[in-house]
Amino acid sequence: MTLSLDDVKRVANLARIEISEDEAQQVLMQLSGIFDLIEQMQAIETSNIEPMSHAQDMIQRLREDVVTESDQHMLFQAIAPQVEAGLYLVPKVIE
Amino acid sequence: MLNASLKQLATQLLQRKISSVELTKEFLKHIKTLNQELNAFITLNEEMSLAQAQAADNMIAAGEAHPLTGIPVAQKDIFCAKEWLTTCGSKMLSNFISPYDATVIERFNQVGAVNIGKTNMDEFAMGSSNETSYYGPVKNPWDSLAVPGGSSGGSACAIAARMAPAATGTDTGGSIRQPAALCGISGIKPTYGLVSRYGMIAFASSLDQAGPMAKSAEDLALLLNVMAGFDTRDSTSIQREPEDYAHDLEKPLGQLRIGLPREYFAKGMSNDVASAVEAAIAEYRKLGATIVEISLPNARLSIPVYYVLAPAEASSNLSRFDGVRYGYRAEQYTDLEDMYKKTRAQGFGAEVKRRILIGTYVLSHGYYDAYYLQAQKLRRLIANDFTDAFKQCDVIMGPTTPAVAFNLGEKSSDPIQMYLSDIYTSAANLAGLPAMSIPVGFGDKNRPVGLHIIGNYFREAQMLNITHRYQQVTDWHLRVPAGLLEV
Repeated sequence: MTLSLDDVKRVANLARIEISEDEAQQVLMQLSGIFDLIEQMQAIETSNIEPMSHAQDMIQRLREDVVTESDQHMLFQAIAPQVEAGLYLVPKVIE
Repeated sequence: MLNASLKQLATQLLQRKISSVELTKEFLKHIKTLNQELNAFITLNEEMSLAQAQAADNMIAAGEAHPLTGIPVAQKDIFCAKEWLTTCGSKMLSNFISPYDATVIERFNQVGAVNIGKTNMDEFAMGSSNETSYYGPVKNPWDSLAVPGGSSGGSACAIAARMAPAATGTDTGGSIRQPAALCGISGIKPTYGLVSRYGMIAFASSLDQAGPMAKSAEDLALLLNVMAGFDTRDSTSIQREPEDYAHDLEKPLGQLRIGLPREYFAKGMSNDVASAVEAAIAEYRKLGATIVEISLPNARLSIPVYYVLAPAEASSNLSRFDGVRYGYRAEQYTDLEDMYKKTRAQGFGAEVKRRILIGTYVLSHGYYDAYYLQAQKLRRLIANDFTDAFKQCDVIMGPTTPAVAFNLGEKSSDPIQMYLSDIYTSAANLAGLPAMSIPVGFGDKNRPVGLHIIGNYFREAQMLNITHRYQQVTDWHLRVPAGLLEV
């Protein structure tokens, strides 16, 4: 598999990370090396193997639908970059 | 005092030969002497540490002491601790004062342990040398040219330099065991799910597991007694009866069968590491253990599998850092999307971005089956190898790392060479098995060598027993880097 510069830029956009042309070039070289290592996986036949998504086979625990947390929004918003009237502020999204 | 075991410290505290305030001050003084050079701690807060020590002294006076009451514990900066700066080694969280305690922190607080400071680490626990930290690299106390390992490099350094008697770490692919090996200390990554992940900043949630780091197996047992336990706030926490990990420490080894994977001893290990590991295994024979050769045929795939699964999970976990609710936000931006992109470009370091990009790629449309699904299938094969192996043996032993600590800067520009430092350790995370490292000697340039022990699920007590017995007949774990205790 060969990774292209466009792939790197596309993935950076998906991950919402700004990337310059120079950085993309450098990342391309590093990722290509890493993907060469990852390619070793393709040599193994796995058609009958069940994927293992987790270290322990466990089912999701359920709990009663009751309130367990108290309102701490003042505490949590005290460390936010920008807050007004109990709301997190972000740049204007809708014109 | 700086070199005492946890049991010795607890006795001194209980007999009022020293107070927790005095003990905490002594360690803080030692930290201040060494930290500028070693950089093991990101944050110290003398006032808060001493307030905890005073509270511990009151607990002891009231006759409410627990074995760890009043003992200073260095906390890896991945654990959220209320009112403490909690950076995870990143610029992204360089202003994050945690509004709450991680369960691990809460459990130490409950028994009256003292938080002596937050230790340096690779950024978001991604690294094997501590060089990806935004707060600068940590040095190996045995040799200032060498890395301490990572990602829990600050904790390993703090123990080795006796800046703290106990520390916490986290291990996603080897981040407790590899730095423990490179710094000549003991560390255990428990079975997945044994220690709560609540408030422990997530890297790869199906692999992340917290554990203690200390001088000896006996100390690890006392620390694990506090750290382990069911927690409703962690959806993958395991519900089982509490266990006393110190209970079996003195048990004779009996008919212990040690499995040596032929693949680990075939090639790749340097000669100095091989001789120290072989000498340790010879010691186990003397203690009565039987050696069996086993095979882990798919273990060689653990690095490629790990570098698909861990980045995939990381890309998802780290999407929460968006500059909206907490942490760093870029100063200038044009619109919302630009704010996300600049915040993340400026807030994350190169290695973290690299892994987010790998993860985003392997999960993206058209590549999911070839990479992510294939890696999950191979994960099953790697785990099955261990199930088969444990039919023939009780524990598996080998080297923790292929070589002793490398030099600072030696691998930092070559991610693949860096990734291969975890070649022996990451399989245990993929399978969810408990694994540990203990010091068993010195190799090239007099740098420490670690023995890796993988146990079956929930056999931590047995592993600690086995390593404690070894430490009773050897003294590698008591060695201190020259000059550090005299300064």
